[in-house]
Amino acid sequence: MAASVPGSVTSMNTNFWLIQAFNGISYGALLFLLGSGLSLIFGVMRIVNLSHGSYFLLGGYVALSVIWTTGSWALALPVAALAIAVLGLCMERVFLRPLGFDPLRQVLLTVGFAFLFQQAALDIWSGNNFDINPPELLTRSVVVGGIYLPLYRVFMIATALTIGLVLWLVMEKTRMGAAVRATVDDAQMARGIGIDTSRISMLVFALGAFLAALGGVIGGAFLGVYPGLDFEILPLAFAVVIIGGMGSLGGAAIGALLVGLADNFGKALFPEISYFTLYAPMAVILAVKPTGLFGRE
Amino acid sequence: MQSQWAKILAVVAAVLALAVVVPFTSSFVILLVTRALAFSILVMSLDILLGFTGLASLGQAAYLGIGAYVTAVLATKYQFGLGYDFWLVVLFGILAGAVLAAFFGLFAVRATGVYFLMITLALGQCVWGLAYRWNSLTGGDNGINLSARPKFGIDLSHDVTFFYLVLGFFALSLLAMYVMVRSPFGASLLGIRERELRMRILGYNTWLHKYIAFVIAGAFGGLAGVLWAHTAGIVSPENVVLTTSVDALLMAVLGGAGTLVGGVIGCFIVFGMREYLSTLVPWWQYVLGAVYVLTILYLPMGMMGIPERIRQGRASGRPNAKKLAVVPS
Repeated sequence: MAASVPGSVTSMNTNFWLIQAFNGISYGALLFLLGSGLSLIFGVMRIVNLSHGSYFLLGGYVALSVIWTTGSWALALPVAALAIAVLGLCMERVFLRPLGFDPLRQVLLTVGFAFLFQQAALDIWSGNNFDINPPELLTRSVVVGGIYLPLYRVFMIATALTIGLVLWLVMEKTRMGAAVRATVDDAQMARGIGIDTSRISMLVFALGAFLAALGGVIGGAFLGVYPGLDFEILPLAFAVVIIGGMGSLGGAAIGALLVGLADNFGKALFPEISYFTLYAPMAVILAVKPTGLFGRE
Repeated sequence: MQSQWAKILAVVAAVLALAVVVPFTSSFVILLVTRALAFSILVMSLDILLGFTGLASLGQAAYLGIGAYVTAVLATKYQFGLGYDFWLVVLFGILAGAVLAAFFGLFAVRATGVYFLMITLALGQCVWGLAYRWNSLTGGDNGINLSARPKFGIDLSHDVTFFYLVLGFFALSLLAMYVMVRSPFGASLLGIRERELRMRILGYNTWLHKYIAFVIAGAFGGLAGVLWAHTAGIVSPENVVLTTSVDALLMAVLGGAGTLVGGVIGCFIVFGMREYLSTLVPWWQYVLGAVYVLTILYLPMGMMGIPERIRQGRASGRPNAKKLAVVPS
């Protein structure tokens, strides 16, 4: 981003661009956690999962409960993610799977659940706004080239990179990953050659819920955890998936980065139309290439 | 044919019953019914796409929003539309919805299935983004308060008078949409829903048919917006947000897609639960969520499908049986 700034501007101006870019990238890291799962779910099952935002929010809430009872943030991360993964797994097994292939009914079913989760969260955790406080170590800043970078955002980027790398390795190098990719490309053919697509769907759905909840815990530190967050974050997740291409992991990474940057620079540069600058390209991309930038036909 | 007339008579009777009974109820109920009637115009407009053309839109609230914002901005910034010029605002609202749909349709209509769902979601979010952030025009998150309803000979700030106005618009919209879906144009929409490829082979310009349906739905959405603005007295991003579009979609499916009247029933059920049940029990949203989930699982044809289900005895509930019966031969 700095390259686009003329050389004559002050260092403060350069700093502005650098900081915004850094914020955008770290926000993109969070969106990757949320969007990669949604993308895989869509790729494998062709389900538009409108309860994905709920997984994000519930992840944050479960983490809060863990922190309140044990005081451990590090424990909250895996516990919340696993709990929501189990929830997603149950939803897929008990409700979505028996529905068969009917996109509209599946979508509506996930919305119905999103409403149920919303009410449940309200009853269990009340309607207050909470923040998830990370350990003291992560609240510090590091100075790189005269710019203060909050360590927490560095942590977010590192987490997303690690998870992205692990996912990529699993998808590309293992038999399981090959089966998932085959299911994305052509589920019927994959079934034909003996891949258990039902089991793949179940695992991918649980994985998606796991990642979304993890994102919810990590994002809880600066987005907060509050009622309504589920449907606020959901369209962003869709923007990631649509721009990147459905069912593509690399696409989700690039989509997340683009959405993170677009969101940050949009809000900083032209606040009045910032969401428009985010969603309009999304609509145009969909119109031109319905499977997204990196999606396969 | 016989049963068709019976259904029409039933609907006319229901509208007349509303007109007679509602004014004698409490002001709470009058306002509740008015809100539901205004919103059900939006749900019916969505049903044209969902039930009759087979396009599930997740962005129908955009048209409600533009109609409502046109009304609110004209009223608060230019004092326009508070007298006889209210009828002009109605026209503007319808036009705004139609023009927005004509623009969005260029992007959306060639998409099918899940992709149509996603692209309408994106387009709806564009409108929401503008409503939410464009403070100088839309008042941002706070929205725009409408201080008074129009007054021209009759005073619409009187709730019963306003109820009759909305009921009138509702009945006209229902009639217009009913005539449309029963027309040859509506029949070709049904054909597209059932098998688009075959329609194309028969020589129909299916894109154009879908596009026109999309624009008409947008126009009715705009009308719903104008009425909604004056019903609620406030226009805010809440009206354009994703959950409002989702609501409309769920209402249509809850009542029964492809029936027009079903959407209205769905709308009344949801409004009833949300605004009446919520005053009685704190866990009303569980009921609503459960109703959605159960309807989708066990009643693919929605509430309107119940008589059919009963008639068929232990039928399997396949939607095709009903769909075929609707297509005029």
